[in-house]
Amino acid sequence: MTEASPSIHPAWLRAAHWLNAAAVVILAMSGWRIYNAAPFFDFKFAKAITLGGWLGGAIQWHFAAMWLLAANGLVYLILNLATGRLRAKFLPLTPRAVVADLVAALRGRLSHADLSRYNAAQRAAYLFVMLDAVLLVLSGVVLWKSVQFPILRELLCGYETARRIHFFAMSALGTFVVVHLAMVALVPRSFLTMIRGR
Amino acid sequence: MIKKTPRLTAIDGDAAVKEALRRIKEPSRRAFLQRSLTLGGLSLLTGCAIVDEDSVETALMRVSRFNDRVQGWLFDPQLLAPTYPESMITRPFPFNAYYGEDEIRRIEADSYRLEVTGMVADKHAWTLAELQALPQTDQITRHICVEGWSAIGKWGGVPFSSFLARIGADTSAKYVGFKCADDYYTSIDMPTALHAQTLLTLSYDGQPLPPEYGFPMKLRMPTKLGYKNPKHIQAIFVTNTYPGGYWEDQGYNWFGGS
Repeated sequence: MTEASPSIHPAWLRAAHWLNAAAVVILAMSGWRIYNAAPFFDFKFAKAITLGGWLGGAIQWHFAAMWLLAANGLVYLILNLATGRLRAKFLPLTPRAVVADLVAALRGRLSHADLSRYNAAQRAAYLFVMLDAVLLVLSGVVLWKSVQFPILRELLCGYETARRIHFFAMSALGTFVVVHLAMVALVPRSFLTMIRGR
Repeated sequence: MIKKTPRLTAIDGDAAVKEALRRIKEPSRRAFLQRSLTLGGLSLLTGCAIVDEDSVETALMRVSRFNDRVQGWLFDPQLLAPTYPESMITRPFPFNAYYGEDEIRRIEADSYRLEVTGMVADKHAWTLAELQALPQTDQITRHICVEGWSAIGKWGGVPFSSFLARIGADTSAKYVGFKCADDYYTSIDMPTALHAQTLLTLSYDGQPLPPEYGFPMKLRMPTKLGYKNPKHIQAIFVTNTYPGGYWEDQGYNWFGGS
């Protein structure tokens, strides 16, 4: 420790981030194997990128990691709200600011000098992925227990629609991860802050 | 349990599902994939290549047992699965088993007997005519397969709770087990056995249960996944000793509720 620079990401947030990353990787890879058992589109996921080996193994992974995702996500949301971090980091957020920052990002003119502040594009992306994860959990609950959660099932227009919602929410999360990793590659310092906290 | 190598069938949804089923039935292939992929998945997660694979399997099985308990706790005996109009019945209703359609068992109606054993008062074996003489009901419900697909069908038969009452089953027992003419076996929890929609099924869509859906008798539970619904049932037993099941012993979740 040479200089005591202020922490950008508190320890609880970094722990939650990496636990979530692990859960998402397990859930996505095992979920692709489950999809392959009865694909509703004209393609299957390559076996090499799936987890679990056979359907029963994939389901075991999926229904173990779901607890990690849900519990970790709940702790993340509670701490985010309780510490005021959610408000401080993500608000205010206007569509105009998001568009302006997206345009600036595409022109390579977005400043990354201060990693403690999320730009508007980041704010929108992270809030989106939070809501998407909530949708994944809710649609997953309908797939797992469609009889036991009738209100949720009807809200998502039944079991078969919930399957599609779960799939598209996964696709949206996957798209986020690709963009997220590309941004980390462009600003490698942000990777270090998510490990060291500063 | 494995009788043949996979063969190519026409490319349509049902054929693809069956092909996938045949493939996962090959134990050597499955074991190989299981080993390589669970290890692959783990090294990806931990960055650590030296992992005791058996302990991972054990841990996953333990979570699956935990999930059994959670599902038992979530299960609401009063809650009914949704029912549908006749117009929504899936036609044709898909055939599914751990074997192909060419191996569907043909059971002789006249010589058929349903054995009832374990913690029950009346252990006499039932003929098909005796079962058919019991008060019947029917339901149009959604069958959800562990693979993800679902289909709506119409089943008729005897409410299982009334059958259990008739044979004087000890309903404080934990499990009801089933042995089938196709060498399939499974078991369910007592609360599900007593659920209003759990049906000792003798007919499909107004006709005697056809062989592909489990002639002469299957157990239909819209509160459980397809593999928990045994076909061609020959023996029913009430017990406190965990009976397991054909797929459950290989790693499918035992409760298998929906």
